[in-house]
Amino acid sequence: MQAYLGVDVGSVSTNLVVIDDDGNVLVDLYLRTQGQPIQAVQEGMKQVEEAIKGKKIEICGVGTTGSARTLSGVIVGADTVKNEITAHAVAASHLVPDVQTVLEIGGQDSKIIILRDGIVVDFAMNTVCAAGTGSFLDHQAARLNIPIEDFGGLALQSEASVRIAGRCSVFAESDMIHKQQMGHPTPDIIAGLCDALVRNYLNNVGKGKEILAPVVFQGGVAANVGIRAAFEKALGLKIIVPDYFKVMGAIGAALLAKATVKEKGETNFRGFVVSDLEYQASSFECQGCPNLCEIVNISVDDKVLARWGGRCGKWDTLSKTG
Amino acid sequence: MKISFPYMGTSHIVVSYLFEKLGFEVIYPPTPSKRTLSLGVQYAPEFACLPFKIVLGTYLEVVEKGAEILITSGGCGPCRAGYYGELHKRILHDLGYPVEMIVIEPPLVEPLDFLRKLHKIVKPKGIFNLLHYGRIALEKLKALDVVESTLHELRPLALDKQQINQAYIEGLELIRQADSVKEVIEAKKAALEMLESVPADHTFKPLRIGLIGEIYVVLEPAANHDIERLLGERGAYVHRSIFLANWTRDNVLAHGEKDIRAMAIPYLNQMVGGHGQNSVGEVVRYAEEGFDGVIQLAPFTCIPEIVAKSIMPAVSRDKNIPVMTLFLDEQTGQAGIETRIEAFLDLLWQKRKKQEAS
Repeated sequence: MQAYLGVDVGSVSTNLVVIDDDGNVLVDLYLRTQGQPIQAVQEGMKQVEEAIKGKKIEICGVGTTGSARTLSGVIVGADTVKNEITAHAVAASHLVPDVQTVLEIGGQDSKIIILRDGIVVDFAMNTVCAAGTGSFLDHQAARLNIPIEDFGGLALQSEASVRIAGRCSVFAESDMIHKQQMGHPTPDIIAGLCDALVRNYLNNVGKGKEILAPVVFQGGVAANVGIRAAFEKALGLKIIVPDYFKVMGAIGAALLAKATVKEKGETNFRGFVVSDLEYQASSFECQGCPNLCEIVNISVDDKVLARWGGRCGKWDTLSKTG
Repeated sequence: MKISFPYMGTSHIVVSYLFEKLGFEVIYPPTPSKRTLSLGVQYAPEFACLPFKIVLGTYLEVVEKGAEILITSGGCGPCRAGYYGELHKRILHDLGYPVEMIVIEPPLVEPLDFLRKLHKIVKPKGIFNLLHYGRIALEKLKALDVVESTLHELRPLALDKQQINQAYIEGLELIRQADSVKEVIEAKKAALEMLESVPADHTFKPLRIGLIGEIYVVLEPAANHDIERLLGERGAYVHRSIFLANWTRDNVLAHGEKDIRAMAIPYLNQMVGGHGQNSVGEVVRYAEEGFDGVIQLAPFTCIPEIVAKSIMPAVSRDKNIPVMTLFLDEQTGQAGIETRIEAFLDLLWQKRKKQEAS
């Protein structure tokens, strides 16, 4: 069977999916990146290989997305390397064809995508501040000693949510601590935090956007039932959380790879051997001009596969230093 | 006297030329680097904006090299930048650098003040010298603008982006060296020929994007992740709302830009400081000129651009033109900007395809 691989390497998670020719998900994996994108991709590739072993699945194309898309694209031999906004939009409109709004909250970023008639007409992404993203929730769950999986459920037990200041995660944390010290029960505080995060999201990322149904909520934070409920309350709309909400970026990347390979008729996929190779990443500061660009080298067996980070392009040609 | 000034885009080529000819020793401001930014961040108020910090960093780098006079332009209207010259001066004095700060306000707005300052600047060699070299300097400004806008037109078409970037740098050098109006015109011609000789695909119809926002982050690549190059290399033609010559005419010499502000009036009928009202008017103009989209650049915490941004959804909807706002701060990581740019270009290509199909 012909199949396509999608790889989404984000700040917190590394997700891989395999889809068939009709876009059905055959394999989906959700791993933690843990600051080691190369290892995470290799581990993911190993697990994908295991999962499809003996099933007569042939990988005919591969696409990457996420903040490490360029790096992971080099490692797997990607046919497409796409930004995560486009990838998420493609996946959402594949699974919910008439979708008009996509809310996506990941580990370090949050975005809103507005679609009309199947095409993206507007989007926004948090800029200089990460208040109200997955890592903040992770951090608060750890601080309260509650597993992140149970965090949202506790919010639903609340009958009177406490108001938390949500504009900045550092100030939100101070506010939460103050409310705890006053004796407010934990579920009320968590519910308040969910409300604050949603309020901040809608007022910051969602500012001025026309949010129309169907609304799809995806990204790791969509697992949190407390946040889902807070969105439904704030928007007065039903929120659709797709089955594969955690790996939507990877699904989008796989769909884009499928389209590209159909057009060009071949794939650059390097095969599953990539999980056994030794990749070395090294960096140096170029002293050629006052920009002092930080150049990154990715190599296998001392052979440089890719290099980036320079502004002027003089390091882009690999042959210069072999 | 040793003189220096803020670094902004290619303006240093003209400003340094003029002051040298006026008989000053010019301390060249270095291209803003990580060190510039670190110095600025260390000594600026934490909540000041990115242009304030970069300019302060530049000042600290030039006073280290002995600059005694710093010359800059004033801000327009009720924006913090209007006080920046004064604040910069006090910070430098507190740090033990007794520099003289000359803030030029538009002469038609503050004629007496302008004449006083002009007198100070032209004293060494006299007014005829200023008129003579001022004319050459103005010609250089115009040449820089023409060459740069040609670069913006040709870069998306060029087959080898690195080659055209290099041709542009060499062209700038020719203009820098020119020493008479005739030489400037020849240098401009040679620079244009160099750009035009880079092999290009002239059948390609690039996306057309307007670049608007606060002047410093629009004009200085070090403050905006070199966004014009990022867009140009990804097949987009960038039209910048602010060019040196028109800005000098409208802001340093007179109080102009009335047309663009008039276009903003249905949405924003008053000055909000800085380039806030211009930004709104420019979106209207770009929409009417059939541009595919607009990117607004704003320093983080910049009030005029925040006001403009909150009006953008209405303009964007009425005029059917996508607008993306990027707030810029200390971050030097480029991945975030690239992600947003690529997504915005995807959006614009899809929109164009749909328009062409219908």
